[in-house]
Amino acid sequence: MAKKVFGRPKSLKEAIYHYCPGCGHSIVHRLVAEVIDELDIRGITIGVPPAGCAVLAYNYFDVDMIEAQHGRGPATATGIKRSLPDRIVFSYQGDGDLAAIGIAESFHAANRGENITVIFINNAVYGMTGGQMAPTTMLEQKTTTTPAGRNRTLDGYPVKVCELFSQLRGTTYIERCTVNSPASVNKTKKAIKKAFQCQIDGKGFSLIEILSPCPTNWKLNAIDSCKWIDEVMSKEFPLGVFKDNLAPVKKTGEADPC
Amino acid sequence: MNKILMSGNNIIAEAAIRAGCRFYAGYPITPQNELTEYMAEHMRNVPGGVFIQSESEIAAIHMIIGASATGTRVMTSSSSPGISLKQEGISSMAACELPGVIVNIMRGGPGLGNIRPAQGDYFQATRGGGHGDYRTIVYGPATCQELADLTMDAFDLADKYRTPVMILADGMMGQMMEPVIFKKPKPRKYSEKFMLKGAGAGKSKFIRGLILDAIEMEEHNWKLERKYKIIVDNETLHEEHRTDDAEFVIVAYGTAARIAKGAIKRLRDNGMKVGLFRPITLWPFPELKLRALSGKVKNFLVFEMSTGQMLEDVRLTLQGYANIEFHGRPGGVVPTPAELANVIARHYDKKD
Amino acid sequence: MLIKTIFSGFGGQGVLMMGFSLAQSAMNKGYQVTYLPAYGAEVRGGTANCTIAVGDEEIASPVASEPDYLVVMNSPSLTTFQNKIISGGTIFLNSSIIEARPSRKDVRVYAIPCGDIAQELGNIRAANIVMMGTFIKITKILPAEDYLKSIETIMGGKKKSVTEINRKAFAIGFDFVKN
Repeated sequence: MAKKVFGRPKSLKEAIYHYCPGCGHSIVHRLVAEVIDELDIRGITIGVPPAGCAVLAYNYFDVDMIEAQHGRGPATATGIKRSLPDRIVFSYQGDGDLAAIGIAESFHAANRGENITVIFINNAVYGMTGGQMAPTTMLEQKTTTTPAGRNRTLDGYPVKVCELFSQLRGTTYIERCTVNSPASVNKTKKAIKKAFQCQIDGKGFSLIEILSPCPTNWKLNAIDSCKWIDEVMSKEFPLGVFKDNLAPVKKTGEADPC
Repeated sequence: MNKILMSGNNIIAEAAIRAGCRFYAGYPITPQNELTEYMAEHMRNVPGGVFIQSESEIAAIHMIIGASATGTRVMTSSSSPGISLKQEGISSMAACELPGVIVNIMRGGPGLGNIRPAQGDYFQATRGGGHGDYRTIVYGPATCQELADLTMDAFDLADKYRTPVMILADGMMGQMMEPVIFKKPKPRKYSEKFMLKGAGAGKSKFIRGLILDAIEMEEHNWKLERKYKIIVDNETLHEEHRTDDAEFVIVAYGTAARIAKGAIKRLRDNGMKVGLFRPITLWPFPELKLRALSGKVKNFLVFEMSTGQMLEDVRLTLQGYANIEFHGRPGGVVPTPAELANVIARHYDKKD
Repeated sequence: MLIKTIFSGFGGQGVLMMGFSLAQSAMNKGYQVTYLPAYGAEVRGGTANCTIAVGDEEIASPVASEPDYLVVMNSPSLTTFQNKIISGGTIFLNSSIIEARPSRKDVRVYAIPCGDIAQELGNIRAANIVMMGTFIKITKILPAEDYLKSIETIMGGKKKSVTEINRKAFAIGFDFVKN
C-alpha cells in the first residue's frame, strides 16, 4: 500500500488560490498551515489577514480569522490576544500594510512586545492595486507610480523592517527569509515554526519577513522573479536572523545589542 | 444605594466596568482624559480586565475590534478630532456586525478646534460618520445619571443588534460632577456563535467586511438596513418637559437641553408657555413622537451648540407641520439660560 | 432655591477641594448639585477654579454666568471674576495674600486672613477650611455640622491630627465673622 507522504495541510481549506502563477503568497500560506498542523494549534489559532493580495486569506486558511482594515492587523491582533491570551494569534501583512499605512500599529505592537506572530510578505510592490510603489520598492525600480524608477530624492528609500524592528526592545524573534527555491522554502518554514513556537512559549513578539516573488507586477517570468530576489532584492534586504532572544543565554561579558 | 458625586468621564468608565466591559483602549485627548485614566486605574483590578493606552485613536478602535470579535465587551473613547480618526474602525464594526461602545466627549471644531464643550459632531455621529451604508446608534445624555444609565444600556443594545453604539456627550458633561446612582446591570445575552475563540475541533469561522461580489454585498447592505429599520421602530428615546400646555417648544439635546430647561423656567416665570422636546437617542431620531407633538404645538425652536445640525432632522420631521426657528452657539460657547430665554421671548411674541 | 458659587485660586490652595466638599455635603443634605471644574489649558500655569450649583430642583446649567458667591484665594482670581458676580452677591477673599479690594459697591465683601490663621494653626494648607468656615456661616447653605461631617468622610483615610486641625480651622473661620 502506498504511503501518503504529501497532502493538503489540515489548516488549509479545499480551495483554489486566486494568486497569480509564481506568486509567493500561496507558498507562504501553505507553510503557515503546515506549521499550525505540526504544532497542533489549529483549534486555538486566530489569524488576521490584511488588505492587499492576501485579503481573501480567510478563504484558504481553515482557522478562525478576522480580516483587519488596511494596516491595522497588529492592533486587531493585540485586541484578540489580550482578550484570549492562551490563543495563538498571527497577523499576515504585506509591505504596504506593514511598512506604510500600518507602520504605527505594527511598530507599537512590536514595541509593546505583544505575544503575537507577524508574517510579513515583502514583494517590493503593491500587488492588488496593480503595481504601485511600495515602501519596500527598490531604488530605481519601476512601478506604475514610479514610472522613471524609484527616485531617492522624491520617494525616499526602501524601508528595512527587520533592521528597524530588531532595534525595539519589545521584540523577541525577527528573521528575514525568502521562498525562491526549495531550500529557501524549507528554511522559511523553520523560521515560521520558530516564530509560532516563540508565541506558544509566551516569549513575545515574533516577525518573519519573506521576500516573495511577484512576477505579474515585476514584469518577469516566475524563474526570473526568483533570480531577481537573489540578485537584486536580497542585496537591499539581506536574509538572516536579526533578533533572537530565544537563543541560549550568552556568555557573561557579551553585551546584548538591545 | 448611595448617591456618589462623580465626574461624567469617570461615571462612563465606572458604568462600563459595571456593565461588564473588560477591554478598553484609548488615546489621551482633552476633554475626556479622565475616562482613559479611570480605565487605567480600575480595569487592572477587574479579573480579565484589559486597558491599553494605544499609539493612536486608530489603533484603539482596531484593538477593540479584535477584542469584540472574541466576545469581550469593549469600549473606546475620544473627543471630536480623535473620533474622526476612529471612523474607519466604526465603519468596519458596522460592516462586520461587531458590538462595541464608542464615547465622544465633543469639543469645538472643525479641525483641532478647541477643548470647550460643543455639539458639532451630530452629523458625523448620526449619519454613520465613516464610509459606506450604515448607521450607528447614538445616545445624547444630558445628566450624569443618564451617562451612567445609558452607558450600561449602550452595551446591551450593541449586543442585541451587533452594532457599534455611540455615547455623544460634550466637554461639560465629561468634566461636570453630579450625584449618580449606578443601577444593576442586566445579565449579558450574546451568543457564542458570534465569537471567534479558535475553531477547536470544529469548523472554522471568519469575520470580514470585504464582500467582492456586488449582489452579495448588496444583500449584506439590505440586511444591515433591515436591522436599522428594526432599531428605528423600537429604540427611540426622548423626554418631554412641560409640553402639556406648551405653545412653544424648544428642541435640544445634551448640554443644550439643560440650558433650555433653565430658560424655560425663566420664561414660565414670565407667563410664557414654553416646553422642551429632548431627543435622547439622536439616531434613531424620535421622529414620530416629535411629529405627534406638532399636532398641538405649532412653534418650535431648535437650540444647539452648533450652527444647526439636528436642525435638519427636525426639519425632516416638522417641515410643513409647524414653524421651525433656530438658535445656535458653536465653537465651544456655552450660552446661558438667560440668553436663550431672551431669544425665545422674541420668537414667542411673534408666534402664530 | 438655586445658588451658584465660584471658587478660584492657585493650584495647591485646595480650591477644587472647597468646591467638591460643598457639593458633596449639599448632596448629602438632599440638594441637587453640580460641580464644574475649569479644565485644559486654562488651568495650566497654576490657577484652578470650579463652579458649584446647589438647588432644590433639577439644575439646568452648571455654568454660572452670574454667580451668587465668589470665593477667591489669590489676586488673579479676584481680577478675573469680580465683575461676573451678581449685583447683591458676596465675595469672600483671602486677605492674607490679596491686597486689592473689589471696586464694585453693589456686593458684600468678606476679607478673611485665612492664610495667616492657618499658618498660626500650624498648617497653611488648612487655609481653605478656614475660608469654608466663614463661607458656611454667611451663606447658610447648610449647617456647619453637616459640612464638617462630609469633609471628614472625604478626608476618610487622613490622620486624626488632620481632622482636628480642620475642625479648628473651620471653627475659627466660622467665628471670624458675625452673621
